Order: sequence, then structure tokens, then C-alpha cells
Amino acid sequence: MSDLRDLYQQTILDHTRKPRNKHEMPDATSTADGHNRLCGDNIKLFLKLNAGIIEDISFTGNGCAISTASASMMTEALKGKTLAEAQPLFELFHTMLTSPMDQEPDLEALNKLAVFSGVREFPVRVKCATLPWHTLQAAIKNQDAPVSTE
Amino acid sequence: MTTTTTKSAVAKAAKAPAFDSAAIRSDFPLLQTQSHGKPLVYLDNAATSQKPQAVIAATTRYYTNYNANIHRGVYKLSVDATAAYEAAREKVARFINAPSAREIVFVRGATEAVNLVAATWGMENIHSGDEIILSEMEHHSNIVPWQLLAQRTGAIIKVISISQRGELSLDHYAQLLSDRTRLVAVTHVSNALGTINPIERIVAMAKARGIPVLVDGAQSVPHLAVDVQKMGCDFFVFSGHKLYAPTGIGVLWAKAALLEKMPPYQGGGDMISTVSFAGSTWNDIPHKFEAGTPHISGAIGLGVAIDYLGGIGMDAIAEYEHDLLLYATKQLKRISGLHIIGTAPEKAAVISFVMENIHPHDIGTIVDGEGVAIRTGHHCCQPLMDHYNIAATARASLAFYNNREDVDRLLAAVEKVKEVFS
Repeated sequence: MSDLRDLYQQTILDHTRKPRNKHEMPDATSTADGHNRLCGDNIKLFLKLNAGIIEDISFTGNGCAISTASASMMTEALKGKTLAEAQPLFELFHTMLTSPMDQEPDLEALNKLAVFSGVREFPVRVKCATLPWHTLQAAIKNQDAPVSTE
Repeated sequence: MTTTTTKSAVAKAAKAPAFDSAAIRSDFPLLQTQSHGKPLVYLDNAATSQKPQAVIAATTRYYTNYNANIHRGVYKLSVDATAAYEAAREKVARFINAPSAREIVFVRGATEAVNLVAATWGMENIHSGDEIILSEMEHHSNIVPWQLLAQRTGAIIKVISISQRGELSLDHYAQLLSDRTRLVAVTHVSNALGTINPIERIVAMAKARGIPVLVDGAQSVPHLAVDVQKMGCDFFVFSGHKLYAPTGIGVLWAKAALLEKMPPYQGGGDMISTVSFAGSTWNDIPHKFEAGTPHISGAIGLGVAIDYLGGIGMDAIAEYEHDLLLYATKQLKRISGLHIIGTAPEKAAVISFVMENIHPHDIGTIVDGEGVAIRTGHHCCQPLMDHYNIAATARASLAFYNNREDVDRLLAAVEKVKEVFS
């Protein structure tokens, strides 16, 4: 195992302790539920979309440090972005966590989200980090069915 | 009288040698390995146990020296394989004090054993409106097969509640027993809490009304001496892999009278007496329930695991593990912000815990980095987690090859968890 500090970076721990945008959103235009059976993580994602722009985004739920921080940092990264901008970010994030170790992910484009690059060395925890993003995909598609990372 | 005294004295003398933890540990090759550059501390015994060299060697010996199919060859290899397989059945019968090896059915594990009973005995004896009593602390494997049966038959499932400490409410159980109760299916020991249920009393309460009882012994046989006749139940199930034997082998014990009446579970070779397109007839028990080539090496390995445990003595194991449980509990309780889930006075060496503001999965990852393997999650007991209003726990489950040093390593690892999140 690589050093645990790669996984539990200070930025991640800060978002775990003080999650940003963690609240309900009564005027959300779309919501979705996500569930990670391995951890028992639950997340509910709220989106306020206006003409393709993410005007507001928030979440509620219970999860491990990685999924909570990932949800928190995702909401910060996406607020004010267009859906067209959010999609490639999701793909970059996903690629960073699932690409083979010998491939260098595009950390620059991911900006602050690059702190999650250490997660890929902990394969069972990758789903924790991607759960909020998968839930976002569901919310964008306006699916009512809960998503699962299994 | 004299003979009895002598026998018990001999038995006592045989079990007398002091519990040699270090020697026992050296019998398990995997415990000599490292994890993340540190000596492995394996504390996930409720999920599966490590295997002693004797079991590994027996499995290898079968494949190396006498691998053949059983019950059908006239040649020596097949005769030898059959003898070893059937000898294992005898060992299992003696191990749980079954009246006869005819009552031992080899299955894949406790899960398959429960499914077998539900699909055969259950389909014949449980009808619409009948009631099946389970408990809130059951493993999914002793819930879902009954739900499937209930869906097919229209039966109703009733659930015995538990106290905050994790003990079954016998008052509630007494209230649930009714004229419509057709089966009580409960666990002997909880895999998530460690609670040892008062199984003889639970069985007696059902038997007083003529209700059959299935006992899930997956977590009890590795840690306590089990006597199915004394227990008085009708069905008893367990898995080999939790009993220091290979995966994929397990046991259903049922009273011969019940097995005789039950229809076959799966059809195929070995379970038949005669086959024609006009109709087939079934083999005698237990073979009626063992269609196809069974897990021969697994059964042989299970027999050797039982021999190995017999050399130590289940009472000695229970005593040693209880002492280790008390030590681990006392030490873990000292850690502020750590709460133990499951505090029944009668417990096997399972400690589930949660930590304030730290998710069990983060605990699991960090202690793993320290070479300590524990389980985190819902332990296949989602209804139980709902009872405590938690999604998951971290769980350390001990075996007789663990020692105080393992517990100390766990404590240091848990302190590391606190450090990361401080």
C-alpha cells in the first residue's frame, strides 16, 4: 500500500470535517439518490439547472471520508458551470481513478480535484470517490431510480 | 461407574496440555506472512478462517495421491477417495454429536444448507398463512431463503426483536410463537454482535409446541463445543471455511426422520437409486441430497480440520477465546469516541465497533495499512444495522490463533485512525 497520506490528504480531510454545500435544496430542478453497498454510503444530490447551467448544487447523506469529500469538492467545482463543462470533468475524474498506474492522468485540468489521484492506489475505495459523480449523472438524466456503484 | 470415571479422566488428561498459542500459530502458514510490510494480524475470522497446514496438506494429498470420483469406481483410487470422503462424514457426526453419519449432508456451506431446507422441507410443510419465526440478528443467509419460500407459499415471517445490548427478547419470542408457527430459524451466535443465544431454551420453547427449529451454527461451531442432541433442534447448519477447512464445503445436519421424508433438493448423479424415463427413485440419505460430484477434497479437508480442533479441544478453545475477548473489549473501551455494538453478557469473540465522526470504511483502510485485517460494512446483517440505526460497523473477530499482541496491534492501528482524523 502506498502511504495513507496519499489517500487522506489534508484537503480531503478538511472537506470531510466541513463538507461544503451539504444541505437540502427545496427548489431543486432535479435530484438523484446514490448508494454504495460496500461502504453503506448514501447520497442525495440536488441540482438547480437553468438553461444548461448548474446554478446551484448540493448534497445530503452519510458516507465515508472519501465519498463525503468527493461530494463536497464536486459541488464546489461544478457550481456555475454548464452541463457541457461538467461532463468532460466527470470523464477526467473517472479516468484519473480508473486508469492503470503507469498512465499519468491529466491532473492539471482537474484542478483541485486532483487531490483524489491517490485513491486509485486503493481499488476498493475508488467507488467511494466516484459515487457523487455517478449520482450527478443520474440527476442530470433526471432518473428517479437510485444509482448504485455496484 | 468406574469406566465412566476413567474415561472422563482420560479425556481430561488429553485436553490438559496448556494452551500453546505460539505453537498453534505456527501451524497456520498464512499467519506467518506480511501485509503492507508488517506482520499480518488477521482479525476477520467471522468472515472466514485461515487454514492449518494439516488441512492444506490433506487437500494436496488427495489431489496428488488418490484423486478419483467417489461411490462409483471399483478401482482402488476410487475406493480410497470414497473411504476418505465418508470418513469425513463420520468425523463431522462425532464433532456435533449427531446420532448417525447418515444425518450429515455435505453442501457448499451454511447458505446452501438453509436454502436446501427451505426448498425441500419448507415447500412440503409450509403453506399460505403459516408463520416462520426468525430474529433481528440473522445473517442474510438465514433471512432471504425464507423470504423466497414465503413468496412462493404465502407464508408470513415474524421477527424476534433484540435488546440494545444485542440479546434476543425471549418475551417477544414467546409472544410470536403461535398455532400457525411452522418453523423457528435462529442463529446460535451472531456474526455481527457476537451474542451467544440461549439456544437450548429457544429450542425448548418451540418444541413445547411441537414446532421444528433450524439453528444456524456458522459462527458457533468454530468457537464452542456443539451437541445437536443436547440442543434438541431439528436442523443444524454450518460452513467448513469458518471452521479452518476449505471453502465450498459445509454441512446440513437434520434428524434422519426428517431427511427421509424430505424430497430431493437437486437431481443428478449419485442422488438416485434407479433412473428410467418412466420415473426415478432416490438414493438413501444422505446421498439423496448430494447430487453430482461433491467437493471431495473439501470434505476431506473438513475432516482434518475437525481432527486438528479435536487435538486442542473445543472447550479449551472457547476458554482461550473468551479470555482474549475480555482483554480486547477492556482495551478497546479505553479508546475515547469508540463504541462497541453488541454487549451481551454471553458473547463469542466478535467485537463490532463504531467511532465518532469516522466511517467504518475509513477505519478499515487505515488499520489495513498497519497490517491489521478487520471487516467493515453491514456484515450481511442489514436489518440488524437498521436496528442500531447505523450503516456499518468495523468488526474484529478473533480466533484461537490470535493473541494479545494481535489485540495490541489493533489498538495501535485504531489510534492511528484517530491520528489521521484528529
